[in-house]
Amino acid sequence: MSRAFIAILRRDLALAARAGGGGELALVFFLTIIVLVPFALGPDLNLLSRIGPAILWIGALLSMLIGLDRLFQSDEEDGSLDLIRASALPLELAVLAKGLAHWLVTGLPLALAAPLLGLLVALPGAAMAPVAGTLLVGTPALSFIGAAGAALTASLRRGGLILPVLVAPLTIPVLIFGVSASNSALGGTIPFLTPFLILCALSLLAIVVGTVAAAAALRQAE
Amino acid sequence: MSEPHRFAPLRLRASGLACRRGGRLIFEDLSFALAGGEALALTGRNGAGKSSLIAMLCGRLRPAAGEVALDGADDAPLAELSHLVGHRDGLKTALTAQDNLGFAQDCLGDPGLTPLAALERVGLPHVAALPVGYLSAGQRRRVALARLLVARRPFWLLDEPMSALDLAAQAMLSGLMQEHCRMGGAILAATHGPLGLAEARELRIGA
Repeated sequence: MSRAFIAILRRDLALAARAGGGGELALVFFLTIIVLVPFALGPDLNLLSRIGPAILWIGALLSMLIGLDRLFQSDEEDGSLDLIRASALPLELAVLAKGLAHWLVTGLPLALAAPLLGLLVALPGAAMAPVAGTLLVGTPALSFIGAAGAALTASLRRGGLILPVLVAPLTIPVLIFGVSASNSALGGTIPFLTPFLILCALSLLAIVVGTVAAAAALRQAE
Repeated sequence: MSEPHRFAPLRLRASGLACRRGGRLIFEDLSFALAGGEALALTGRNGAGKSSLIAMLCGRLRPAAGEVALDGADDAPLAELSHLVGHRDGLKTALTAQDNLGFAQDCLGDPGLTPLAALERVGLPHVAALPVGYLSAGQRRRVALARLLVARRPFWLLDEPMSALDLAAQAMLSGLMQEHCRMGGAILAATHGPLGLAEARELRIGA
């Protein structure tokens, strides 16, 4: 059983490592957004560094959403999903493996790249680690909320556009607490840990609920 | 191969199955039984519902009426006891044939032949390290069929298994199916041509 779990995880990581796998695309998209924002805002460095954490979070959110529609759709199209369904592995664990793989190839690199890209939005040095930290614990929530949406749209031919519309509203709490934790590290009355722990809780909740919801959506027979 | 391992006796019973797709009744009142060691050739014109019946058996499609029961399996659903080889071959084009089969083996459990040995059986030992995307339609179909050998499952649900295969490969598949039946496995194959199984019964739907 755990063999099937590891097999799904390893296969998805191997597929992401191939050209066009999607992992590096999310990172490049993230970079593009972060580069564009300073041009739009103009030469106000104080403004930029004040909204830096928010820009990084929105960039990460959008980067996680692109390519998410392929999470289950590609498996549905080529029949691999039938193979996974035919496994003795509970579908919930299969979804967990796929969500984990998605986070490892998109969320984790985004969080690791955030301090570097923070330089582009004049993020103060003291905020680098907190922003990366919030992205590190917050992006799993995005992966698994997205997995539920991706499972719902797996068999839709034009699921690509409907997915962000479906998923983005559900990510609002993650965005709020992610940004407020990052901002609280810059000063203010709220201690960093308060929103940060709520963010951790949101992530844990999303992993459980997203996994169960996605498995239920995939299990639904026509 | 070493001591051939026989499958435990199983019996699949379908009674009064009906299929409705897009509001249209495809077939109704379809009943059949399939026991270990038997082969059933599923025939019928295009659109008669052959693929729908197979989707129904592996749980992807809910029957509009009737039920499928399995005797002899302790509560395991048919999907976990069967191999499905259909038009969507379940192969990742970016991965090699060997990796694809290794994944199938890990997923399906109860390992049989190794991926390399299975590829040898279907006559494709030389493509093991090639990404599946480079293979021809017939070669891909043979890699998908090699999946039947890497994990041991008593039911084979095959959707037009002979399509895209050359004559030698068709004979090879007939041989594999005969061997599977001898070991107590059961086969249900949707087909338009002969399966090369002398003892196969025919189930005609939507006549």
